[in-house]
Amino acid sequence: MTNLAVDLPGLRLKNPIMPASGCFGFGREYSDFYDLGKLGAVIMKAATGSERFGNNTPRVAETASGMLNAIGLQNPGVDKIIESEVDFLSNYDMPIIANVAGSTIGEYEKVAAAFNQTKHVHALELNISCPNVKEGGIQFGTDPNMAANVTKMVKQASNLPVYVKLSPNVSDIVAMAKAVEAAGADGLSMINTLSGMKIDPSSKRPLLANKTGGLSGPAIKPIAIRMVYEVKQQVSIPIIGMGGVTNAEDVLEFLLAGASAVAVGTANFQNPFICPELIDELPKILTKYGFLSVQDAIGKGAILYE
Amino acid sequence: MRKEIMYIQSSKSIALDTVEMVLKNNYISQTAVPGQFLHVFVEGHTLRRPLSIADVDREKETVTILFKKTGSGTKQLATCQEGMTLDVLGPNGNGFNMDNKEGSSILLIGGGIGVPPLYYLGKTLVGQNMKVISILGFQSAESVFYVEKFQSLGETWMVTNDGSYGEKGFVTDVFDKIEAFDRYYSCGPIPMLQAITKKLEHKQGYISLEERMGCGVGACLACVIPKANNRGYKKICKDGPVFHAKEVTL
Repeated sequence: MTNLAVDLPGLRLKNPIMPASGCFGFGREYSDFYDLGKLGAVIMKAATGSERFGNNTPRVAETASGMLNAIGLQNPGVDKIIESEVDFLSNYDMPIIANVAGSTIGEYEKVAAAFNQTKHVHALELNISCPNVKEGGIQFGTDPNMAANVTKMVKQASNLPVYVKLSPNVSDIVAMAKAVEAAGADGLSMINTLSGMKIDPSSKRPLLANKTGGLSGPAIKPIAIRMVYEVKQQVSIPIIGMGGVTNAEDVLEFLLAGASAVAVGTANFQNPFICPELIDELPKILTKYGFLSVQDAIGKGAILYE
Repeated sequence: MRKEIMYIQSSKSIALDTVEMVLKNNYISQTAVPGQFLHVFVEGHTLRRPLSIADVDREKETVTILFKKTGSGTKQLATCQEGMTLDVLGPNGNGFNMDNKEGSSILLIGGGIGVPPLYYLGKTLVGQNMKVISILGFQSAESVFYVEKFQSLGETWMVTNDGSYGEKGFVTDVFDKIEAFDRYYSCGPIPMLQAITKKLEHKQGYISLEERMGCGVGACLACVIPKANNRGYKKICKDGPVFHAKEVTL
């Protein structure tokens, strides 16, 4: 029997599949479809210090093999998330990763520290890469010094392992990865969406109310694979890979590039059962390509082609 | 709501760029209520398409949807023919509130591709011994559909922007010509709904909204509408698509 388990800082995953932040809400809607306890973990929608109302609509637009979104981190604030959503998710047998966002370093620290109070959150995903908000997010994720600084401060504020979610909207992703690793990051989460735009010919205006949005879906998978591969060669902390996963071969591709676990985003919208289906299919794909376990496949693509 | 396979029993063009598709499926036909929608997967596209339910026949186990060919997804969907199947999430969302007293007089106001969900609603209301008056607005004669179906439910007023069919103008232009009613239900473009909710401010009414959707189940927060007199949003896919006219800010 193929072993799907993976141990990462703070996370004992029974399989490497988890829904990506922002694409799964807090799991309630998908709990109507299947037992969330089947998931390797769940990454919650971003939490900010207080309630955030997000951007105007339209907030999504379909593109070739993908979609643009500009939700704008709408969420009820960290206290309500802990009180209501973490409490709900704790009913399921899987680790919970909290996505931490903010406009200032102080807000990041506050949100991270708030999760110290709950025993049900097992790790933080530091969101320094959201392209859809004017303040915070991306401004921390495109400057290595700022990324290192916010990572360091959050590490000091939190007693949980911190996975830093990197933005692909940079010229040197390796420099960003090295900077946050040096600042104490326990792992990386990559990649977030690519900044993009769509203009409606009939109105002659950008289709999204926010004008620009984050591109996700199969269109970005080759970029994500390349970035995971490059970063894996240069850092020693584990990577949760994501970007355009739609089938079990995509999962294996991320593992081969060097990811230790894989998050699934946009594909949840097309098929709400995608995560459990990938978990069921992964053993067959691993066996097909000669791997005995998930652990066995991690980074093998890098070794084979060097 | 479930993820189901629906068999296409028929597909035909019924007006300019407008397709009527009859789909067979036991679960969805037995559970759908007026105002709900189907979230339809279209081959080669990342996002599903939300399409309102225009009619249901529980005995024949069929659900009818109407859609306008406006983009690549709906154009692709229009190529699907009888005998093929569709991957559908449904029935999604909440339907129209039909807490009516027998004999109530109901006004239905539809605009363009917002007309379809009002037909299943009207049929259901007539079945509950309500009196139904309909006002249907289209851009021009070539876009008009379902006239006889609505006429079979009761008094029906037709309006086109260019006057090529029925009255000329907007749906609100014929309000003075209809008799008193107890409640209204409306679906159509936002400017039309804004005009209606303003003109009928003193009446109890329900509106069905449309917005670009991501997940269609309430998780992604793409299709939101601001709450009335309150900060924050309602989710159109999960809390709606039908709202009390005073519940949201258009």
